[in-house]
Amino acid sequence: MTAIRPFGHDQRRLEDPRMITGQAKYTDDFVLPGMVHLAVVRSPYAHANIVSVDTSAALEMPGVLGVWTGQDMVDAGFGGIPCAWVVPDAGTVTPNHPPIAIDKVRYVGDAVAIVVADDDYVAKDAAMVVEVDYDELPACTDGEKAHADGAPQLHDDAPNNQCFHWTVSGGDVEAAFNEADIVVGERIINQRLVPVAMEPRSALAQWSSGMGELTLWTTSQNPHIVRFLLSLDTGIPEHKIRVIAPDVGGGFGSKIPHYPEDSMTIFASQQLDRPVKWTETRSENFQATIHGRDHIQDVEMAAKSDGTITGLRAKVWANLGAYLSTASTGVPTILHGLMLSGAYTIPNIHEDVYGMFTNTTPVDAYRGAGRPEATFMVERLVDLVAKKLDMDPVAIREKNLIPPFTEGHEVATGLIYDTGNYQAALDKAKDMAGYDELRAQQAAARAEGRYIGIGVCTYSEICGLGPSEVAGAVGFGGGLWESAIVRFHPSGKVRLMVGINPHGQGEQTTFAQIVADQLGVPTEDVDVQYGDTAQTAMGWGTYGSRSTPVASGAMMGAIDKIKDKGRKIAAHLLEASTADIEFEDGKFYVRGSPESSMTIQDIALAANTAWNMPDGVEPGLEASAFFNPSNFVYPFGAHIAVVEVDPDTGEIDFQRYIAVDDCGPQINPMIVEGQIHGGIAQGVAQALWEGVQYSEDGQLLTSSLMDYAIPKAEYFPKFELGHTVTPTDVNPLGVKGIGETGTIGSTPAIYGAVLDALAPLGVEQVHMPLTPERVWRAIQEAKA
Amino acid sequence: MDINVRVNGKTYTRDVEPRLLLVDFIRDHLAMTGTNIGCDTTQCGACTIHLDGKAVKSCTVLAVQADGSEVTTIEGIGKPSALHPMQAAFQDNHGLQCGYCTPGMIMAAIKLVEERGEMNDDEVRHGLEGNLCRCTGYENIVKSVQAAANDMGVAHSPFEADPAAHHETLREAEARAAARSHE
Ligand code: FES
Ligand code: FES
Repeated sequence: MTAIRPFGHDQRRLEDPRMITGQAKYTDDFVLPGMVHLAVVRSPYAHANIVSVDTSAALEMPGVLGVWTGQDMVDAGFGGIPCAWVVPDAGTVTPNHPPIAIDKVRYVGDAVAIVVADDDYVAKDAAMVVEVDYDELPACTDGEKAHADGAPQLHDDAPNNQCFHWTVSGGDVEAAFNEADIVVGERIINQRLVPVAMEPRSALAQWSSGMGELTLWTTSQNPHIVRFLLSLDTGIPEHKIRVIAPDVGGGFGSKIPHYPEDSMTIFASQQLDRPVKWTETRSENFQATIHGRDHIQDVEMAAKSDGTITGLRAKVWANLGAYLSTASTGVPTILHGLMLSGAYTIPNIHEDVYGMFTNTTPVDAYRGAGRPEATFMVERLVDLVAKKLDMDPVAIREKNLIPPFTEGHEVATGLIYDTGNYQAALDKAKDMAGYDELRAQQAAARAEGRYIGIGVCTYSEICGLGPSEVAGAVGFGGGLWESAIVRFHPSGKVRLMVGINPHGQGEQTTFAQIVADQLGVPTEDVDVQYGDTAQTAMGWGTYGSRSTPVASGAMMGAIDKIKDKGRKIAAHLLEASTADIEFEDGKFYVRGSPESSMTIQDIALAANTAWNMPDGVEPGLEASAFFNPSNFVYPFGAHIAVVEVDPDTGEIDFQRYIAVDDCGPQINPMIVEGQIHGGIAQGVAQALWEGVQYSEDGQLLTSSLMDYAIPKAEYFPKFELGHTVTPTDVNPLGVKGIGETGTIGSTPAIYGAVLDALAPLGVEQVHMPLTPERVWRAIQEAKA
Repeated sequence: MDINVRVNGKTYTRDVEPRLLLVDFIRDHLAMTGTNIGCDTTQCGACTIHLDGKAVKSCTVLAVQADGSEVTTIEGIGKPSALHPMQAAFQDNHGLQCGYCTPGMIMAAIKLVEERGEMNDDEVRHGLEGNLCRCTGYENIVKSVQAAANDMGVAHSPFEADPAAHHETLREAEARAAARSHE
């Protein structure tokens, strides 16, 4: 048996030993000498003027060290929380977001005061006795209603609560609709979701007044971005800030933002000269950690009678919540509107997106971030066209899928997709599902009065964010390149330092596999470091399925430099010319005489001792590289879902799920599958179970795990996964992202399946989540 | 008030407030942070431990209620060098991603298997209804539990995992990896 190469094969994760034995270290696990605890007093009203805050009772409690309000933070020089993505050419306004509300609260959960005590229980008790006098104002939670004249106004500088009006246009939509044989359309509510990473957020700030230095441990997907933003709003210079994201217990986008609590703990640490920790409760998580999605979409699609899609137009109300979170304006625009061609040739597209302030928790990136809102819209419209033309959902897709391409394919929104072979993925999914057989079974079941439904989704998605020039052009306040440092220790062990920050995705393992594969060292000899701004190079973090496609480019650059330097040293020591040195499987050898060789470990020792180096070559074996990708990457796939609906109860029996996803070459198929599993679970959950509800006056009704339905193990059947492999040309390894495809593909597939099951009952539409009650009501209404 | 609790084989005497939750006692007073907290409504199961031989959510119990009891936490069932079969199975089958639900999931799963033995897919899924995972979609957790149920047929005592039995697991995993790479 030949040795298994590290790249492309299952390998047990290097992060697991600590995680399965309770030795993982999450932010809340850290305890520092003298550490004290912070609790936040939060608004119970969605919209109110703050008349007065009386802190005296709290201050009198034994153990309480201080109570502060928003003005105290302003007086100490703390600025508003910055928004890091301000979409251009859209009249975008960025109202001030004070970490603690000053005159007015704008959502349930908005901070009003903070309490610090030497014990967490005491801090929470004291927070309850801070007396706040509110003057309640009318509230608005709906992104469309907020635009109406006379709607409650959140910010003085945002008339009609409008943050931006962004448009995307390609082709001639007017003509497409005028010349269409058929037009379909409806209002889609892509409902608000809560990310619910199982680890709540936490921040631990340690200010050293003597050094003028801050260390912040925080639950972040991108510690360098947090450091950059903190240098803007805390007044502490960037080189005096160290941000550490230790083990992070899931994020799904919710740990991208720089949050007010970061600033609060820093402020309190400065006031007390002691380390200050805050950890959110799950209830706070529902109120004060970002939500996702929340679009109202009025959408239409134009097509010819043979099923050729000719146009798409949409008007979207994107609810941004009360304040702009870090990436908020980019999600419903760049990451949504530009993806309206989906996996299809749609020559004419126009969309208007209105970003709206409402009295709700801020909305930002949640797994998929913009692409689920685009994909669901497109897939739903495609299904409506199929229904109207009495075509099979597979047939309509096959008619309109972009044909295979390897050199870049431009769609009407202006994006250039990298590589794709969509039909191949669909063929494979059809095969795995036994599609024709399924349709026959469905027909037979219908004859018996049973309602089986089959849903199909073919998607393409944009990830691997991305080219920094594009980031700048679309208003993202940073770069989207990555960096890597590869360092050989004298003993031949390797340390890789990267600026991304995985929090469940397993890059400690897959990146070690890449280095091991390229340099011919054992995977266990590669230590992958990330998550600490003092230790790792600059980087823009883990989100948008970017870590592998972007950071691997930087790693490959550093690896090439290591190989080049190793060649020079080997040539010198083997008394050959550099041009004659080959490198393979961890060995440098002279071409034609493989017995004359040195291992890379030998070279590492020689370079680190530097007893005998070639002229002009520096000691050490270390290299760093930066990688700015030339394009995004576009993974794609085809998903098929099978359900049976009980018409008497509205209950959905989730029977099968087939997913074929293409992320290019897989580094560790086991980890790829895990990402897809988790993604499918979250996407299906949007279709069937999850949804935030606010009351008219802005109370968050789904505010705990008791009333917000995070799926359990028993909700799912076994998933059936397959893949195709279409490399990208955007990075040296040809890899695309896989973190979000499951979520993007599954919501439309499962929704399509349920609606397919309900079709013979005359049900045209049901808003998500498709709870038994909603399904049952829809059936009753269709009967009536 | 003073309580005596035996945790992972060692007795601890501490003076605690009557309202202190057992999970906070374990994390803050004993500095064993392997047991996690994921909610405040006893829904998530991240805090699951063994209390007098039963899987219990330690956020639902007061520390004073555990006075005189025997507690086992994730730290007490195995170490990287001598994993419990359930821990090994989670690693072999990629039953974890961020790892936050994992200690509670493993503690719940151990009792589930001890009580029920080998189970089909559905039985495992229902058996784990008290534990939430947001990362894995549960599929590999189910696989892990089934694999461990197999391995746990071999007698096992904490810290003395039968090395032969464990070896078998690793060999099987290796074989699986090899088989897959030849696909
Ligand atoms: S912490 Fe969630 S059940 Fe105990
Ligand atoms: S592995 Fe992250 S919550 Fe389960």
